[in-house]
Amino acid sequence: MAILLNRSTRVIVQGFTGKIGSFHADDMKRYGTKLVGGVTPGKGGQTHLGLPVFNTVKGAVRETRAEASIVFVPPPFAADSIMEAADAGIKLCVCITDGIPSQDMMQVKRYMRRYRFEDRMRLVGPNCAGVITPGQALMGIMPGSIYLPGRVGIVGRSGTLGYEAASQMKALGIGVSTSVGIGGDPINGSSFKDILQLFERDDDTDAVVMIGEIGGPQEAEAAIWARDNMRKPLIAYVAGLSAPKGRRMGHAGAIISAFGESAQEKVEILRGAGVTIVPTPAAFGSTIADVLEQRLRAA
Amino acid sequence: MDIHEYQAKELLARHGVHVPRGGLAYSPEQATYRAREIGGAKWVLKAQVHSGARGKAGGIKLCSNDEEISNAAEAMLGRKLVTHQTGPRGKLISRLYLEEAVDIAQELYLGFVLDRKEERVMIVASAAGGMEIEEISERKPDSIIRATVDPGVGMQGFQAREIAFGLGLESNLIGKATETILGCYQVFRDYDASMLEINPLVVTRDGSLVALDAKMSFDENALFRRPEISELRDKSQEDPRETFASDRGLSYVGLDGNIGCIINGAGLAMATMDMIKIAGGEPANFLDIGGGASPERVAKSFRAVLGDKNVETILVNIFAGINRCDWVAEGVIKAIREVGVDVPLVVRLSGTKVEEGRKILADSGEKVIVADTLAEAAEKAVAAWRAAAKKKKAA
Repeated sequence: MAILLNRSTRVIVQGFTGKIGSFHADDMKRYGTKLVGGVTPGKGGQTHLGLPVFNTVKGAVRETRAEASIVFVPPPFAADSIMEAADAGIKLCVCITDGIPSQDMMQVKRYMRRYRFEDRMRLVGPNCAGVITPGQALMGIMPGSIYLPGRVGIVGRSGTLGYEAASQMKALGIGVSTSVGIGGDPINGSSFKDILQLFERDDDTDAVVMIGEIGGPQEAEAAIWARDNMRKPLIAYVAGLSAPKGRRMGHAGAIISAFGESAQEKVEILRGAGVTIVPTPAAFGSTIADVLEQRLRAA
Repeated sequence: MDIHEYQAKELLARHGVHVPRGGLAYSPEQATYRAREIGGAKWVLKAQVHSGARGKAGGIKLCSNDEEISNAAEAMLGRKLVTHQTGPRGKLISRLYLEEAVDIAQELYLGFVLDRKEERVMIVASAAGGMEIEEISERKPDSIIRATVDPGVGMQGFQAREIAFGLGLESNLIGKATETILGCYQVFRDYDASMLEINPLVVTRDGSLVALDAKMSFDENALFRRPEISELRDKSQEDPRETFASDRGLSYVGLDGNIGCIINGAGLAMATMDMIKIAGGEPANFLDIGGGASPERVAKSFRAVLGDKNVETILVNIFAGINRCDWVAEGVIKAIREVGVDVPLVVRLSGTKVEEGRKILADSGEKVIVADTLAEAAEKAVAAWRAAAKKKKAA
């Protein structure tokens, strides 16, 4: 089923009736996502985009048997919404909201640990483009048309750079099993390693592209995990070759503050772990095509 | 967001951290007046700029009379202090802080940061203070003590005590050190800080524990709920190009190259800058115009980029997802006509309605160099910049 999301996943929208929530809910519905309702506190009982609105996530889960939730709630209230989803038994939460304070995310991560691992909600984001399983379902803000259904997984921090990779792949006829945006914040729900683990186990994925950037330890952690555990080919790009130390590049997490956090250092660590490096951001398509061809010849 | 040393010390002092007596001065006269207010026989005059390593750059001066204070203040005020943290442009000194000099017996390091691996606040301490933390971890890695705080319950007394004993302090200082460490954590937490560094934290000859310096940064995402911190912002310490852009809701970082960049999305912006570098050019800036690239936002971006006099070529790279290329193209044309672009302009559009967008650019009659792919865009921008630079040289 690819990973995280397919055409039968029952999805609700938190922040459903707002301008942004409405716009993307409509877009997701048209893509084929099984949207079953939404939550806006105080607007329960109304109908929006032909779907029921609930006051609480628990109410929505009870009535619609929703398993997944996408959060468009503004930054001051977003952490609260994520915790509400976790407590209501939601299995997958994708948080699009950009600008959540770090201390709020620390609280969220701590809160989620109250549930046993098997029962724990998976959080993707915040500050991300979301998740898409091309041809099946979309939980995010990416343009569905640039993804061809296929067998290569994508995981990345950045939205538009992920689009760049997907469209270079499409131009060469290479399709995507699932694309996951893990977001540009310093503290996020799922790490690169978390998503690589899912792709490694997925029968519909043959190879994975990881799109990293400067800042933080997650690319290096993923490299070590992949070296020791991954049998599928991993292809990686790290953005920020030209970024100076100590300056924040747009994303709250994109700042070089320690050793191993610059693009060059991350590329070295990845290469050392046997990961194929995409040499320039214009070479996503060709590098992936080469790896897939080698794999075919080896088989 | 960074704040000044004296502002950080004010916050810390309110939470039980001892700081030397001091006062702010905007002129040499005021500085000498502060010295009499503070009393004593020796003072330290410190330039208030958002940077560490001020001492080596001439931003800190020990003085023992009015004349020395006045001369030092005269020399500092209005000057730009250049340290390895400020970059070659330096930072303007417009405020001075005068403090009583302290008789130092021992220098310690105490820092609080957001640890991204543990996803918690981490305390870093060392008995080898005075050096920068990078230097300590290189030269005396064994001296570093670390602890992380469970966000569910906050920092506990035993954690602060363990650090105090770990620093090898005399038993009569343990209580004071514990109070200092817990006070710092409280400030860090209550004001949504992202970094707090006391370097050095000193043991004085008369046996007290004093924060001699203090550096703090705050989580910009949390400023909406910390109005008292937002007020401490000092725009004179920021790159004016960045202030102009951030006041208009754009995410901009000024760099030292000549190719101005206008891009949507932080990751694509970084990747495009990398591509420029690979093609042999140097980016002048990072600029993410964000989602919804309306004609107005595009025009503002052009103004921000052209505000940098080093810009000799502009590269626009937009991957329209929710956006539409035809709207972006209209924005570019509007910007050219309203802002006036007198340098070569390369535009690469991709995504939704790309054909319509390219047609608008082609039909406009404006001089726009169009590129189809990311590689082509970077190559054309570097070629246009080289040609323009050559022409400039010849002229």
